[in-house]
Amino acid sequence: MEDTRDAAPSADRLSASRLSASGPSADRPAAGELAIDLADVMFDWPAGRFGLSVDAFRVRRGESVLLVGQSGSGKSTLLSLICGINVPAAGTVCVEGTDLGTLSGSRRDRFRADTIGIIFQMFNLLPYASGLDNVLVPLRFAPARRRRCADARAEALRLTAALGLTQAQVAYGPASALSVGQQQRVAVARALIGRPPILIADEPTSALDTRAQDGFLELVLDQVHQAGMSVLMVSHDEGLGRRFDRVVRLCDIARVRSAGAA
Amino acid sequence: MILLLKLAAASLRSRALTVGLTVFAVALSVALLLGVEKARTGAKASFADTISDTDLIVGARSGQVPLLLYAVFRIGNATNNITWESYQDIIGRPGIAWAVPISLGDSHRQFRVMGTTQAYFERYKYRGGRALAVADGALFDDLFDAVIGADVAAQLGYAVGDPIVVAHGIASFLDHADTPFRISGILEKTGTPVDRTVLVSLEAIEAIHVDWQSGAQRPGAPTPVEVIRQMDLTPKAITAAMLGVQSRLQIFSVQRAINDYPNEPLLAILPGVALQELWGIVGIAETALVGVSVMVVVTALLGLAAMLLAGLSARRREMAIFRAMGAGPAAIMGLLMTEAVLMALCGAVLGIAFLYGGLVVLQPILDTRFGLFIPITGIGVPEALVVLTVVAAAALVSLIPSIRAYRISLADGMTVKM
Repeated sequence: MEDTRDAAPSADRLSASRLSASGPSADRPAAGELAIDLADVMFDWPAGRFGLSVDAFRVRRGESVLLVGQSGSGKSTLLSLICGINVPAAGTVCVEGTDLGTLSGSRRDRFRADTIGIIFQMFNLLPYASGLDNVLVPLRFAPARRRRCADARAEALRLTAALGLTQAQVAYGPASALSVGQQQRVAVARALIGRPPILIADEPTSALDTRAQDGFLELVLDQVHQAGMSVLMVSHDEGLGRRFDRVVRLCDIARVRSAGAA
Repeated sequence: MILLLKLAAASLRSRALTVGLTVFAVALSVALLLGVEKARTGAKASFADTISDTDLIVGARSGQVPLLLYAVFRIGNATNNITWESYQDIIGRPGIAWAVPISLGDSHRQFRVMGTTQAYFERYKYRGGRALAVADGALFDDLFDAVIGADVAAQLGYAVGDPIVVAHGIASFLDHADTPFRISGILEKTGTPVDRTVLVSLEAIEAIHVDWQSGAQRPGAPTPVEVIRQMDLTPKAITAAMLGVQSRLQIFSVQRAINDYPNEPLLAILPGVALQELWGIVGIAETALVGVSVMVVVTALLGLAAMLLAGLSARRREMAIFRAMGAGPAAIMGLLMTEAVLMALCGAVLGIAFLYGGLVVLQPILDTRFGLFIPITGIGVPEALVVLTVVAAAALVSLIPSIRAYRISLADGMTVKM
């Protein structure tokens, strides 16, 4: 997979120096090639009911990775760390060469909006807004992605059309009027608009039947490869793995601590 | 920003019923507040408009409010009269342009009877210089002619030509039955105490008291009407008088001269000043009314905050979506405040629409039934101020749900633990 984007040089130096200081590095890729890089991460939810440790987890730029884990295995926690919603108690989370721990809360929000497109399991959309408006919302918070769209509306329509939605479906009426599959496509368009470097998808196909899952996945990955984005998809279904460059089991990279009921 | 505004509006639309009710409550409260304000200024203006173009009112010495009350509003009684000689003396002074004597003390049913001269109909002005006008019939011409106000005619069902018997004193069972009057004219509605007055000539008041001494009819046969007509009916005393001066500069010197009148203790008042003093007494109620309507607005806004707060738990998913798309907790807080401000704005604008709609319907009714004239003016500074204040107050109370939303979105992040 080729890296099509320019790296931010200062952030690279930062993460490079940090990498050289930490642990053994045999087949470690250069820091500039990493989209996601977690090292020695420890995180505890408040009240200590649930904790997660990740020694090392990396996603290369342009790579598509399927992360397999059962529910309760810490998927959501890991994603919220990568997205910078939560900050680890120890260790570093680097996304596109930027150490999220160095950013303030509001800068992390901005960084997430600019860097990561996110698709959830279901109920992805603001039900009262049109599909088109849903696609446009991230641009409001992501100046870098907005700059990449000369005409945001046209780009949104292009993306939804590429994902098999008509203009009538997305431009008029609330998103709640769309079928679940159509809503997921709108969510994909929203994650892709303005070409953020990374796409994170949390069980995006679980609400779809098996046949629809396949077609949906093909459509998404096709768009992602065209845009040259890195993909991290989380699923409990290892069968989806053949479409990805790499499959990682969550239990291989993360240790979960739960006090009582998790 | 426009997108967020659009989203907030769409979000509100999707909850049309709850939002509609909340907006309606705000609208009603705003209409009430502005309506009370309008009625208050209208009542104040109507009150101040009761008498105009009269420079001084003269009566026996008492206070300026009691004099105003009995001379203009026909409330209460004079403590004393002015002798005809003193009256003649005063109106003969230099600087006096015109004078209208008033004689009160008798009544017809619940309405006061006032003796005066033809000049009263020329000189009595209300609502910024409007003169009295006859709706039906003519002004009194004969000694036993009476002109009645619009309310008297309406409430007693009188028409021109009907006989009318004046009772001696007020709330009295003694009628001047031997000297009945005939209604010569009915005045147009004015919204002033004139509407509730029976007007007769000064001489008529004298005439009906020919056979009366110290409040009771003299025994024996009453003097025939023909005889009375031949008598000298110049009054011995009057209750009060309205004065006009030649130049406004002379008002105070004339007033001082009357107040210092050596032969009799008299009082001259400026009607405008006395009206203001009276309004100061009446005005306490208006302040209470405004206070109550402000509380109604506050209640409506608290309802708005409560409605947003109650909806928060159902909207955690929505907040999580916003968070995932890069919105910070502050943006979510802003979104909620935007919703509150939008609702308050809609409510306030709708309230103004209610107010004007109500005014168009009610204005003629209020004017003719209660003499309360509320002018329909354009949307001015008070309305704009109320809208601004309501919107600002809504933003303020929406801090309660907004801060709660901030906390929720910070704790939930992108995932909602339902």
